[in-house]
Amino acid sequence: MVEVGIKMAFSLAQIAVVMGIVLLTVMFLTLAERKVIGWMQDRMGPMEVGPYGILQPIADGLKLFFKEDIIPAGANKFIFSLAPILALVPALIGFAVIPFGPNMTVELFGVQVKPFVISDINIGILYILAFTSIGAYGIILGGWSSNSKYSLLGGLRAAAQVISYELNVGLAIVGVLLLAGSLSLVKITDAQTGWFWNWFIFAPPFPQIFAFVVYIISSVAETNRLPFDLPEAESELVAGFFTEYSGMRFAFFFLAEYANMILVSCIATSLFLGGWNAPAPFLQFHGSLAHLAWLSGTIWFAAKVYFFLFLFFWLRATLPRLRYDQLMRFGWKVMLPIALGNILITSIAAYLFPRG
Amino acid sequence: MSGSELLLDYLARYFPVLLFIGVALAFGVVTLAISYLVQPKYPETEKLSPYECGSEPFSDARMPFPVRYYIFAMLFVIFDIEVIFLYPWAVVFDNIGLIGLVEMLVFIGLFVVAYVYAWRKGALEWD
Amino acid sequence: MAHLFFFYFAGVIVLTSILVVALRNPIYSALSLLIMFFHVAGLYVTLHAEFLAAVQIIVYAGAILVLYLFVVMLLNLKREERYHAQFPIGALLGLTIVTEVLLLAFHGSSPPEPAPSGTSTPATNGVTEVAGVTDAVAGPALSAVEGNTETIGESLYTTYLFPFEVASLILLVAMIGSIVLAKKDIFEQQ
Repeated sequence: MVEVGIKMAFSLAQIAVVMGIVLLTVMFLTLAERKVIGWMQDRMGPMEVGPYGILQPIADGLKLFFKEDIIPAGANKFIFSLAPILALVPALIGFAVIPFGPNMTVELFGVQVKPFVISDINIGILYILAFTSIGAYGIILGGWSSNSKYSLLGGLRAAAQVISYELNVGLAIVGVLLLAGSLSLVKITDAQTGWFWNWFIFAPPFPQIFAFVVYIISSVAETNRLPFDLPEAESELVAGFFTEYSGMRFAFFFLAEYANMILVSCIATSLFLGGWNAPAPFLQFHGSLAHLAWLSGTIWFAAKVYFFLFLFFWLRATLPRLRYDQLMRFGWKVMLPIALGNILITSIAAYLFPRG
Repeated sequence: MSGSELLLDYLARYFPVLLFIGVALAFGVVTLAISYLVQPKYPETEKLSPYECGSEPFSDARMPFPVRYYIFAMLFVIFDIEVIFLYPWAVVFDNIGLIGLVEMLVFIGLFVVAYVYAWRKGALEWD
Repeated sequence: MAHLFFFYFAGVIVLTSILVVALRNPIYSALSLLIMFFHVAGLYVTLHAEFLAAVQIIVYAGAILVLYLFVVMLLNLKREERYHAQFPIGALLGLTIVTEVLLLAFHGSSPPEPAPSGTSTPATNGVTEVAGVTDAVAGPALSAVEGNTETIGESLYTTYLFPFEVASLILLVAMIGSIVLAKKDIFEQQ
């Protein structure tokens, strides 16, 4: 009984830390995005609030928190409030199965706990996929409940986009699963220890580089980011399914989008780039510092995630927006065959050259 | 480990997930509730009417049924089920040998037939 | 403890199922259905079928219900204002089914032990059918060592190979059917 209590308390602590870090990162991502895009466009981003604009996200957050929540007449109040929560919660709970550091067990008050993953369930990646598909509901219901033509259209188009690219995401990761032999993200990252050529993006018998590209492009589309952000494009459908939202509910949709970005980057790191593994064994703490190896693991993980986030910003600053029919055609007619081809080749290669 | 220990260990892995869902839900609801309490409330008719580029909204916010949403959702359901079959196969791939590979290639082959059919019939066009 | 979870999940499933049929707004019905799917998935988890739980959410809640919502929203179905006055027939059918359920509950046999490894599932009679279904798919190895995914994979792609291929044929037919029906609609509109 005491053991159960300690485990529960530890899990709660882990959850608090992870959620805190994610929300903090989301806040500073809003600033980072504006800064990075600003520098790419040869200007400084926000500079007013705090030194170099560091306190800008706090100002934004407080503003949205205190803003009046306008529920348009004729809107369905219950669903209008439910939709942002349905968008935010799946984005946050995906982090429960991601390993942030090595798979070690630590003794805490006589109880064995794993500090770097909140919950190592056998269906790790499937759990994340399941809750990503739930995220589509936030968009659909948000668009519908505002009782406005623009919002409804925007919501349905965003949902159609999300489900189309969800298929490609599902197909892209099958290659990695063939090589790893398990759905658990902990086991998948453990299978990539060693040098960087063990990472699944480079791994024998068939490097998953195509799956990686399909995955990255499809996740950009799934998170509704440029160049796939027509459903929320400012110049097209006003703000799409966001149009009627204000105040904290609007903030939740934004939080959900950035949290999804971080989640997708974490998954890409774990699946393709070896998660917390360093590119070479000598690049992590070893020898006299071996007991601090977990620290280097976490740092490498964070570095890779930030690289992907930078990629998201880079794409936004560089590429023009795709028209909706181009978007759908690309997803169904280009990405799907590539992902499928990758599965075929990987399975044949894995059969002919089994991995140990 | 004995049977009941395995069971407990298995269920214990899902408990943090349940906890996380609860915490995330609580966070969402509590933040909205607090925001509702601290915000100013000045309802006016103009603010409450739906936005239509500054002019009055002129019709009921619904339109004739566009079939392509249905087609794409339908395609997604079918292909999603096919993708689901790939996951257990990928996980046990090492143990099922050549017969496992061949039968999955047959399955994917039928999948490709369906896909090519949809392509040729123009069901993948969003116009 | 396990019984507590079971009663919570089962209770919510029953409640939301009733709501799906009883609520007059189709969107609220869809939302109740969504909650029901989550709790069915939870029930699967307590039965060691975590893969099925994930599939339940991915396919049912994430695909089929989305399709349903698309259609309902675009058709702009209004609230059902008329309450169909078929109370006598409804009451008769309801009574028949309740009697049947009560008879089954009190006279039905308990389910066979599913796992030789000694793990027990919450074997109340209401769960008999569900346990039976997962039993047929997952085979005798409902052990927690080899997860549900591996177990399903091993049996589906070796013993149950033929039904698996038939399933893909069924999906092909479903695809052809839906495209034919939908395209006919477009030709008629044009």
